[in-house]
Amino acid sequence: MVRRVFLSPLTMLGLFIVVMIVILAIFAPWIAPNDPLQVNLGQKLLPPSSEHLFGTDEVGRDILSRIIFGTRISLKIGFLVVIIAFPIGTILGAIAGYAGGAVDQVIMRITDIFLSFPGIILSMSIAAALGPSIENVLLALAVTWWPWYTRIVRSSVLSIKNSEFVESARALGASPIRILIKEIIPNTIGPASIQASLDLGFVILSAAGLSFIGLGAQPPSPEWGAMLSSSREILRDAWWSATFPGIAILLTVLGFNLLGDGLRDLLDPKNR
Amino acid sequence: MSLLEVKELKQHFTIKKGFLGEKKIVKAVDGVSFKIEQGETLGIVGESGCGKSSLGRTILQLIKPTSGVIHFQGRDITHLSRKEMKDVRKEMQIVFQDPYASLNPRSTVRTILEDPLIIHGIKSRHKRMDIIEGIIDKIGIRKDQLDRYPHEFSGGQRQRIGIARALTLSPKLIIADEPVSALDVSVQSQVLNLMDALQKELNLSYIFISHDLSVVQHISDRVAVMYLGKIVEIADVDELYQNPLHPYTKALLSAVPLPDPAQMKERIILQGDLPSPVNPPSGCPFHTRCPQATPECKAEIPELREKSMDHWAACIHVQPGQKQSIRTSIS
Amino acid sequence: MDALRYIIKRILLMIPILFGISVLTFFISNTIPGDPARLAAGPHADAKIIEELQEKMGLNDPLYVQYGRYMKNLVQGDLGTSNYSHQPVMEDIKQYFPATLELTLFSMFITILIGIPLGVISASKKDKLADQFARVMALIGVAMPAFWLGIIFLLFFYLQLGILPGSGRLDTGLAPPESITGMYTIDALLTGNWAVFNSAIIHLILPGITQAAVTIGMITRMTRSSMLEVLNSDYIRTAFAKGGSQNRVLYGHALRNGMMPILTLLGMTFGHSLGGSVLVESVFSWPGLGRYAVNAITYLDFPAVMAVTILIAVLFITVNLLIDILYQVVDPRLNYD
Repeated sequence: MVRRVFLSPLTMLGLFIVVMIVILAIFAPWIAPNDPLQVNLGQKLLPPSSEHLFGTDEVGRDILSRIIFGTRISLKIGFLVVIIAFPIGTILGAIAGYAGGAVDQVIMRITDIFLSFPGIILSMSIAAALGPSIENVLLALAVTWWPWYTRIVRSSVLSIKNSEFVESARALGASPIRILIKEIIPNTIGPASIQASLDLGFVILSAAGLSFIGLGAQPPSPEWGAMLSSSREILRDAWWSATFPGIAILLTVLGFNLLGDGLRDLLDPKNR
Repeated sequence: MSLLEVKELKQHFTIKKGFLGEKKIVKAVDGVSFKIEQGETLGIVGESGCGKSSLGRTILQLIKPTSGVIHFQGRDITHLSRKEMKDVRKEMQIVFQDPYASLNPRSTVRTILEDPLIIHGIKSRHKRMDIIEGIIDKIGIRKDQLDRYPHEFSGGQRQRIGIARALTLSPKLIIADEPVSALDVSVQSQVLNLMDALQKELNLSYIFISHDLSVVQHISDRVAVMYLGKIVEIADVDELYQNPLHPYTKALLSAVPLPDPAQMKERIILQGDLPSPVNPPSGCPFHTRCPQATPECKAEIPELREKSMDHWAACIHVQPGQKQSIRTSIS
Repeated sequence: MDALRYIIKRILLMIPILFGISVLTFFISNTIPGDPARLAAGPHADAKIIEELQEKMGLNDPLYVQYGRYMKNLVQGDLGTSNYSHQPVMEDIKQYFPATLELTLFSMFITILIGIPLGVISASKKDKLADQFARVMALIGVAMPAFWLGIIFLLFFYLQLGILPGSGRLDTGLAPPESITGMYTIDALLTGNWAVFNSAIIHLILPGITQAAVTIGMITRMTRSSMLEVLNSDYIRTAFAKGGSQNRVLYGHALRNGMMPILTLLGMTFGHSLGGSVLVESVFSWPGLGRYAVNAITYLDFPAVMAVTILIAVLFITVNLLIDILYQVVDPRLNYD
């Protein structure tokens, strides 16, 4: 089973970024030089210096510290959204593909409805309906994301449901649920989980966008999108307040994308 | 009482074509009847697309028959629920053609062999292992290979694992759907000999589905020839191979190469392709390609009749009691 | 004949989806906390007036009655009255939609202009420096938070250099052109108003590029991979062997066949840009639907939120339908099942 795994330089870079971010998130209190919420009006709008590497914001909080603590929020949203959406989407997709007929039709039409909104519009209205908070953004994104997994899993279930090993399980008298769990799902989880790892980056990006328009994390939370949003008012005086949180988002999303791409290539060399 | 008796079995698939859904019906199995006794092997031959695989799956109720009756050990199993059918499945198993596709790539051999026992409620792990070890011993897989995955085995080994899986529940009947056609010729005979040995040891019955006439001759006691969903001829193996009655059987047999070219008679080359089972020809389904076809063949569907002792054929031009003179033996 | 059938089938299939979209949106909008009647009545209204308004607005009816009424009005083109702007939502949309459409089309134009050639070059120089560069750019583009890129552009081109405007659709003091399409650039062209045309184009540049940055990345990657597939095919090798010039083969033969997946992606790009408009319009104070939607959410403006969501979803599926149909027409090999 052991195959020599060759990772391209870009995949290695992605892996490196992701590992760094996870480390920052876990050890934030020890790594960050300052308290991310500590207001210090005497030190407001300071440009980057050796004391404040990324400068300070309009109330004198250390931007570097805020960005380091921001990794916790972004990772939490990214992982939780995928953790909620992935099983829901996978199970529905497996049921749709395996049952076929009316069940399939109903599930897939519902999926189509969710997919006929541009993601951000749907999550925006849901987050708005639930009220602005991190938890609601999380829920809104999960609601937007599950249909993608449903689609992927359904199509791979369709391709293996008539395979001979599934037929042989039926011939042995296995129940449909047993076949689904033991024969079908283990063989479809691969492509779907690659998609999930690719999605982590985009979930984080979307969450930042929602916070940016005021729907997600609320000030003074050190969420990157919310930080960008409040930086707009001091843009003229403090370029650093906008620059660094954005780079943090970009690097995080890039890291997850590179890693996801690399994983996909490992499974399907055709994609390179 | 026969082990299995199939009467007028039909398997029609509906396929929708086009937006307004004009329905088309594929008659994959169209009125098939036969019996099989304990310990007997019935070979079923025919070109690909003749419905022989559908027949196997229908008997196992992997697809519900459109009509007809299947009696297994005297019991009508045609209308059993999935749960009722579960008990029957212990007695009736299948071995598939493709040893690559028929084993779950993510299960170890142990899991593959253990699963049927778990499904059928053998709770003691110890007992399950006893059964499995007894079986792998027969099929030539070592105990230390049990925790390997299917891709670590050769095609022949995998097919033997497929057979082992079918045997775990000690069935009476095994439907083997082209079990050796995906294997190298050298491996084919190994698997065939194994099946032969297992049959003698366990008193198994086989329905052996294949397009390969030599393989079928090797393993079968009786042989049925299928064409477009119907059995056109059925007889004991030697009788059928030496004295084929139906023009289609004759054509098939004439295409088999013989070891001694001098023995080979003139090849009957069939005209045209196998007609689509969606629009089968009227009358005798074979008349479009039959060298002996007459206008009556187009009008009348010939019934499968006993032309001589235990030798049935569906052709109006074959007279009862008629002995065909040409010898067509292969071995 | 089959193609026509396919089109009819697809259009019929849209009906249940549209129904689902309206139900879903109605449900979402209705869970928005806050009382629309209270908001409409203003902060100082007393309880009695609010109660009367609730009754008048039908807020006490069962949900399905409210939904039925909404759908009936919707079919007649009545999207209700905005609780914020106090004018019919339809009027608001008529006013803001052209701005969003103009921005979206402009950014798609940039996307195609840059993304497709970049993908072709990347594929034809596979693994060379140009390819590596294009791939890294595309990767960064896809990961780019557009709203941040917009802020950086503002910082640099508007605040620092002062060479490009940072908000709105026209210089202050310029009157919008006579409304024909509602898109200023096109209306200015049609009426020959060059001053307005120039100003409109200049105002489009920053938001347009910001919007395009992400989609360029997507299109470049897709073009590259589908070109690579085509370039490896025998008929392209034959074309090269026959002595066809590099560009003729690349753009004449290969791109034509590589276009199929790209076409699909253009549909996705359109949807992406429509969705992205929410963020980009906020950054550049672009008076379009996206900003209207953000405002509507801020002010819990139920009819406006629902109208924008439905409108964008309908546009999105219509464009995808058109692309699918085009796909079928262009590629005769596909069957229609």
